[in-house]
This record gives sequence, C-alpha cells and structure tokens, in this order.
Amino acid sequence: MKETNIDYRHLKQKVIFSLLGITLCVVLLILAVIIYFVVKRGIGVISWEFITAMPQNGMTEGGIWPALLGTFYLVIGAIIFSTPLGVFAAIYMTEYAKKGRLVSIIRIGVNNLAGVPSVVFGLFGLGIFVKLLGFGVSLLSGSLTLAIVILPTIIRASEEAIITVPDEYRNASLALGATNWQTVKNVVLSNAMPGILTGVILGIGRVAGETAPIIFTAATFFTMRLPSSVFDEVMVLPYNIYALVTAGTFPSKQIPIAYGTAFVLLLLVLLINLVAVGLRLKFSQNKR
Amino acid sequence: MDWKTKEKIIKYILLIFAMSSIMFLIGIVIVLFREGLPIFYKIGIIDFLFGQEWYPTYDPASFGILPLISASVLVTLGAMIFAVPIGLSTSVFISYIMPKSIKNFIKPIIELLAGIPSVIYGLFGMKILGPFLKDIFGLPTGLTALTASIMLGIMALPTIISLSEDAITSVPKKFRDASLALGGTRWETISKVILPTASSGIVTSIMLGMGRAMGETMTVLMVAGGASAMPEGILKPVRPMTATIAAEMGETPVGSNHYQALFGIAIVLFIITLSFNIIADLTRKRFYKKVSGK
Repeated sequence: MKETNIDYRHLKQKVIFSLLGITLCVVLLILAVIIYFVVKRGIGVISWEFITAMPQNGMTEGGIWPALLGTFYLVIGAIIFSTPLGVFAAIYMTEYAKKGRLVSIIRIGVNNLAGVPSVVFGLFGLGIFVKLLGFGVSLLSGSLTLAIVILPTIIRASEEAIITVPDEYRNASLALGATNWQTVKNVVLSNAMPGILTGVILGIGRVAGETAPIIFTAATFFTMRLPSSVFDEVMVLPYNIYALVTAGTFPSKQIPIAYGTAFVLLLLVLLINLVAVGLRLKFSQNKR
Repeated sequence: MDWKTKEKIIKYILLIFAMSSIMFLIGIVIVLFREGLPIFYKIGIIDFLFGQEWYPTYDPASFGILPLISASVLVTLGAMIFAVPIGLSTSVFISYIMPKSIKNFIKPIIELLAGIPSVIYGLFGMKILGPFLKDIFGLPTGLTALTASIMLGIMALPTIISLSEDAITSVPKKFRDASLALGGTRWETISKVILPTASSGIVTSIMLGMGRAMGETMTVLMVAGGASAMPEGILKPVRPMTATIAAEMGETPVGSNHYQALFGIAIVLFIITLSFNIIADLTRKRFYKKVSGK
C-alpha cells in the first residue's frame, strides 16, 4: 500500500525536487567554472598596452589592437547589412502579409536558416562573396557572411517587438487617415524600437564571437598593419584565439596571449548580453 | 503617385526583403551543390558516403567520409546523453518548482551560456577538460570524442533548457489544476500530466539542440582530436564533418578534388541538420495544436 500513502508520495516529491534542483546548480556551476577559468588565466595578461598595442614578432609579443579593431569593423559591417534586411522582413510578416501559406513558408525559411551550421555559412561566403563577386578574403566578405548568420536573430526579435505594439495604436493612426506605411513608420516602429534594438545587440554579441564563418572569408592570423579598406583581410579576436592555441609556434609565449584575448572577448560578449537583458527588462516594465 | 500605388510598391519591396532568408537558403544549396556535386560523380555516391578512408592528400587520395559522419554522430549522441537529462530536469525545476521571482533572474543567466563564443568553449575543452579526462582515464591525449561530447553537451544546454521551459510553461493551467484537484502531488502532476502534454515541445528542443551540436564547428575542431580514422571508441580522437571542413578548406586549391570533397561533406552536413530542423518544425506545430486544443 506504499504507493497510496500520502507521506510516501510527499517524500518522493521532495527527493525528486531536490535532485532537479541539483541539476540546475550543476548548470550554473559549469557556467561559473568556464568564466572563472578564462578570467583567472586571462586577467594577468591584460594591460592598457595589451589592448592598444600592435602585435609583434609573429604574435608572440605586443597587443591585440588590430584584432579588436577588426572585430569591431566586422560587427559594424554585419549590422549595417542585416538590420534593415531583418527589420523590413519582420515588418512585412507582421504588418503586411495575410496569415497563410506565404508567411509560413517564409517562417520555415527563417527557422532553417537559423539552423544552418556556421561552417556552411563560411563555405557560402567563400563561394559567393570571395570567389563569385571577387571581394576576396576581406572585411566586406566577412561582414556579408556574418550578416546572413545573424539575420534570423534580427528577424525574430523584430517580429516579436512589432507584435507587442498594441493594435489600438495602429487603429488610432489609421483612423486619422494615415496609410499603412505611415502607421508602420511613425507609430509601430517607434514603439517597437527597444525590442528591435535588443535583437540587434544580441546579434552583435553573436557576430563578435563567431569564428567558423570568417575563417575562409575575412580572417588572417597576423598582419602588421590596420585594415585600411573594406577589401583588406582583418585580424579578429575569436580567430586569433583559435590560431594562437592550435597553430602557434611559440606556445609558451602565445598561449598567455590567447588567454588574454579570450578574456577580452568574453568580457565584451558578456557585457553586450547584459545590455540586451537590461534593455529587455526595462522594455517589459515600460509596457506594463 | 496616389497613395494606393505607393502602398502597393512598398508592400512588394518589403516582400522582397522578407523572402531574403529563403533566397539565402536557396543560395547556400546552389553554392554547395555547384562546388560539391562533381565529387559524387567522380567517386561514386556509395564510395563517398560509405568509404572508410579519408586520406585526401595522399597519392592516390581516398575520399571516404564514413569516419567523419560516424564521428559527428558519435559526438552528437554523446552530447545528448549528457545534455538531455540535465537540460530537461533543469527546465522542469525552473518552470514549475522555482519561485517566479528567482526564475526571472536565473533565466538570463542560463542564456549567458548560449552567449559564450564557441572558441572559448574550445579553449576550455582543450586546456581544462581535456587534460582532466586524460589524467582520469590515463589516456595518451585528452582530446577525444568524450571531451567533444561533453563540450557540445554544455553548448546544447541553453537551447534545450529554454525551449523545454517554454514548452512546459505553455501547457494550459487548467491541466495542472485538474490534476491537483484530483489529489495528485505536484510531482505526480508534473510527471503524469505536464510532461506528457509538453512532450512534443520537448522533442523540438532536443532536435534543435542536436542540430546545434552536429553543426558546431570551432569547439570540435579544437577538442575532438582530429584523427580521421573510423572512430573506435569514445576515448579516442575523432574528426567530425565540421572540423574537417574548417581545418582543410584553407589549405586546398580551389576546384581540386579535395576542395569538392569538402563541399560534398558540407552537402551531407547540411541535409542532416536541415532534417533536424524540419522535424523540429513539425513537432513544434503538433505541440501548439495540442495545447491550443484545436
């Protein structure tokens, strides 16, 4: 009669709930351990010079300034291309299209684009931007490739933001005689802006850390000069980490630089994510 | 121009933007097939897919990708064995047991796991987990299928947790209330009512987690060890498909057999991840039908 005993059933629940709680702690612990590892190994390397100086002697000394700048340029480039594309796509799906086959096909396209392996994006960039359009291994090719990588993120975030704009706003604008486009432009977009911005910031975080799409399209391990045009190869933080730990010829000098670079990258990405989370929280409070 | 014409033009311009994702997807397929299809003719589709030797730079070269496919499957399954139980129980805990105020605080923290760049997971796997496993099992190298599986499992966790959590919380409240009113404990309600209802949503999260693990590149490139022989066990170095492409594409002449074979691998990889995504889409639809009661 054990199965029906209420004390037994409550005890069982207590045990199981504790076990479930432990798994959550394991997940949080994993996160903490990874961050601790990068901070502990990396923070000692960090100095003002490490951030702002050029690398020297084949990446065995000096700083990571070109990689930091390269990552910054790639992020800007990717955002410039993918933000208008993503926002306009989202506007079409939420404000113009009738619910039906076309929208569900577009949505399948977005979902599947989001699931394409990052290295496959790299091959696509290689085939189209580097070879076919002749941009070469360059900032431009890398930005375009990364823009496609984050397009689904931006479309989804924009869609979500636009949907949450109350219909009364639209109706008020339409009742005043505004056209659909005027309503979207003047009323919907300005109200959806914080949500769209959150999506763009999450996209920035993703671009800053992506490596596989840029190996064949933009990245180089070591240059002595800063990029001066969009057709230049660039050094980037994540590729630099990879190259330093796997292909470095002086591990004793290069591994610490890799840790320092990892620290800078992690700090950047975590800050970016924090801003996005903060913005989302503020946004959802304003709504209420 | 009157406003009606203008509205129409705007609508079609926006439609072109909206079609961009599909156009890029089609573009990817075209590029992959244009560059990679010739290898299927040259080698023969069976010998390419089921050949057991990948020696692309030998003379004569052999382009059998079964070892690479097996390695990808091995590390992906390994990752799921690790990530599914932990991810699921975490999502149950977050959605039904934890107070809501803490939940709003914990969820963004777990999403941080998704924000960490893959190259940093790779670095962690190479320098911490790898040496740790090497010492425990007394291995010649710590970079093995097991190391890759654990790292991929960690990386799949945020996907599985947050999507399962969404699925569990979208089970209608009346289901829970009915079970509690019949005298079920909270755990009985979760295990016998909530989880079965949310099952297709949970399957979606697992499929997407698997897709992510299978397509992950930098981490496996750094921690899987890179041996291109047929995988002999979980404690041996392996070379998944993504790692092969990333490692070898830079050194191969454009248009060579090796180059085409790498695109051929990408075709196989693309088809596999695409099917995961399609299955995920289908189960997601089924789930929404179920919870909306239509």
